[in-house]
Amino acid sequence: MSLLVAEEITKTFAGITALDRVDIDVEPSELVGLIGPNGAGKTTLFNCLLGIFKADGGRVLFEGRDLARVATHRRARLGLARTFQRIELFSGMSPRDHFLVAERVRNGRGALWKDVLFLGGPTASENARVDAMLELLGLTDVGDRPIESLSLGVGRLVEIGRALMTEPKLVLLDEPSSGLDRHETEALARQLRAVQSERGFAILLVEHDVEFVRSLVARVFVLDFGTVIASGPTEEVFADSAVRKAYLGDGI
Amino acid sequence: MEKLLAALIDGVAFGCVYALLAVGLTLAYKTSGVFNIAFAVQAFASGAIYYQLHVTDGWGIVPAFVVAVLIVAPLLGIILDRALFRFLRSAPPMARLITALGLLVAIPQIVLIWFDETTAVNPKGIVPGGDVVYHIFGAALDRDQLSIIVLAALVALGLTLVFRYTTLGIRMRAVVESPRMAELAGTDSDRISTAAWVMSSLVAGLAGVLLPTVTQQVGDIYYTTLLTAAIAAVVLGSLTSIPIAFVGALGLGIVQELLNQYLPVNSVIASNLRPSLPFVVLFLVLILSPRLRNRKELTDPLASVDPPPPAPASGQRSRELTIATRVAAVIFCLGIGYYVFVHGNASVVGQAIQVVIYSIIFCSIVVITGIAGEVSFAQATFAGIGGFASAQLASSAGMSVLLTIVIGGVVAAAVGALLAIPALRLGGIFLTLATYAFALFFDNVVVSLSWVSGGLFPVVAPRPQLGPIDFASDGSFLALCLVILAVVGIVVIRVRSGTTGRYLSAVRGSEVAAASVGINPTRARITAFALSAGIAGVGGALLVSYEGHASKIDFSAEIGLFWVVLVVTLGSRTVEGAIQAALGFVLFSARILSDWIPWLVNHVQPFLHVGPLSPAIEFIFFGLGAVTYARHPEGILEANKTKSLAWIQAKIDRFKSRGSTPSAEVAPAGTGSAP
Repeated sequence: MSLLVAEEITKTFAGITALDRVDIDVEPSELVGLIGPNGAGKTTLFNCLLGIFKADGGRVLFEGRDLARVATHRRARLGLARTFQRIELFSGMSPRDHFLVAERVRNGRGALWKDVLFLGGPTASENARVDAMLELLGLTDVGDRPIESLSLGVGRLVEIGRALMTEPKLVLLDEPSSGLDRHETEALARQLRAVQSERGFAILLVEHDVEFVRSLVARVFVLDFGTVIASGPTEEVFADSAVRKAYLGDGI
Repeated sequence: MEKLLAALIDGVAFGCVYALLAVGLTLAYKTSGVFNIAFAVQAFASGAIYYQLHVTDGWGIVPAFVVAVLIVAPLLGIILDRALFRFLRSAPPMARLITALGLLVAIPQIVLIWFDETTAVNPKGIVPGGDVVYHIFGAALDRDQLSIIVLAALVALGLTLVFRYTTLGIRMRAVVESPRMAELAGTDSDRISTAAWVMSSLVAGLAGVLLPTVTQQVGDIYYTTLLTAAIAAVVLGSLTSIPIAFVGALGLGIVQELLNQYLPVNSVIASNLRPSLPFVVLFLVLILSPRLRNRKELTDPLASVDPPPPAPASGQRSRELTIATRVAAVIFCLGIGYYVFVHGNASVVGQAIQVVIYSIIFCSIVVITGIAGEVSFAQATFAGIGGFASAQLASSAGMSVLLTIVIGGVVAAAVGALLAIPALRLGGIFLTLATYAFALFFDNVVVSLSWVSGGLFPVVAPRPQLGPIDFASDGSFLALCLVILAVVGIVVIRVRSGTTGRYLSAVRGSEVAAASVGINPTRARITAFALSAGIAGVGGALLVSYEGHASKIDFSAEIGLFWVVLVVTLGSRTVEGAIQAALGFVLFSARILSDWIPWLVNHVQPFLHVGPLSPAIEFIFFGLGAVTYARHPEGILEANKTKSLAWIQAKIDRFKSRGSTPSAEVAPAGTGSAP
């Protein structure tokens, strides 16, 4: 059974069709790319998959379950995590706090009365898991610094770590390399591959950096003007002339 | 038919007053980014000056109008811009709202220093022979009404044209969006901003002189109440559309007059619905308008270049200093306690009780504003709900007072949660407005019902009793209140550092990201609202029990605004801040202004005898104090605490390093002399 199936997703904004009957699917532990020019509808599709936008048509199945009536935060608890193109971090909190919040939600230990009865502090196992994640992403040194004092590259790693703390089955990565230089991008790809092979979650990656996509995913979907114009193994799709025209430009 | 026409004409005139206020407020928000709730008091200043000059001093209409509207109003706008809001342009919307709130509290008191509003009746309009009546198909329309209608329509039309067809309008919007970005694109933000303030202040001045002919009296309360009604129209226009705000305000005025005419005068509905209509409409518009759903507030695209907010003071001190400050605090509190319990006379103990009770109530503001990051104007209402519920249950049902205090808290928490459910999808300034509408609705309608407050005779509230212990004496009641404050304080501190605090902090940082890891933002905020309202309710129940009766003036919407100003200015993030705010609230007018300052002045110099100072100074002092919020969102006391702790820490470090350096210097000297 596919992990994620999106069938005929349609979304219009004030008469403009952002997504027109888009079909995509992701298998468990699979690395899938979603590429397309700016404005093709990639982020809109993410928002529909996560329930931030309500799609006008079509349905999303996650592990065979229809997500139509599942709120965003519930989808996260089912194992659907994401990062953001314009990073969305919790201002004033440290990377450790970010991970701790995600870990606490996953445990479902967030009752008010526990705080009042001095049971709200992090447990040893939670601290251990948070430390392990900081270690995994190489953030141990900056773990207690406020997020505002850290660079964009570190911010992206914190977003990824926060998503991974929820023990997702599928992570939606929205342009993780944007705003990073070549060196940082390569390091990010290396880290992603390492973490993925260790934990085995699936990735749906929106990305502009062709090298980044090639180095990470085996299969891609190409979105242009809200429709899927091509899909298949990465190298085949990049060789396709229609894709080159829509995405890479004619001259290449 | 004639009746309908008369109601329509009255309604249009009334609606035009709303419209002037609504258009002015929209203009102010559009061009300065400030939701200027002090707009009403700007109008009041001009109205008062015009009355003083024209009616009291007998000036002609033209010179009085020139001074009040064309000179004073823009001048006030320029002062507000240059001295305050210019520095807040890149501040978060909440900082600007708090600053405007401070002005709303302070300006009327400044005006009232020389203007006596209790005698300001029979105002005159700005056209000669204002009471000349024209008849249109048998319905009456006087010249004052006509002048309001014409001027309101002209202002709305003129401003709409300015925004549609001139570059000035576009520049103003750019400066609001991002002043720094506008400057990078070659616009002088300072000049544009001054122009915007002059424009909106002119409208405020015009509204100020026109409005008294409708209310028949010049008083700041009329301006504030009418402005709240106008806010409904402003919100209808999503805070930005001048034509929609105008039409909405007009409609509101007409509906109100129609209700006036057609509802039976003495029915329950009429006596309750009519005064509450504006607040009900505001509330409904807020929670039903689809355009406000998940609407993001204006945020500066360059906001990320600002430095992060400072960490709490307590996190920056070393272990020794932490222990030292804690020991000092305990000794200090014990000293105060000893003085109050052993040597305090009745008035000292009474004030101590009030300080403790208000500390409890202000802890509710710490929860909602300091932890959850939302501003609620309804905290006094929640306290009132707790107080009235507790008093009614204790005196009518004869329940144990300790139990009714708890029930009061639970009832307030339930109301808080119920209010939060529809209002919370708004967030930010709209949520604040919804709480304000609720507070005013409670204040104007609910509180006068006899099953709530006892009507004319305030409901009696007895003191609690626990088995053999009777808390009738002030000393034992103070002890009880202290115990409750300790419990509430611990709850607040635990919640802030526990899971709920982290979730709320995450939601505050980024709602969409919080949801993406599985936090339910609505539930987190409802928890905060219910907890905050519950704490306020317990405090309110204690307050009525202390006073012996539930009096509605303790819980009015205005006093609630003042509480927010006080706590947020002094420090809304800590329980300490709440206690300091309570000290200020209880002692500033009762002790400092009436005893201590006159005593000090009369002792220092023999020439001038100073009597007790006016309690109005309290409002001016703390109202103007709120302008420090933008620089120190953590509160001035918290900021100074950080500073002084850092200073002491530096001294300690220097002392320590001096203690260790000699040995470091001695060592080489010793090795040198050894051989």
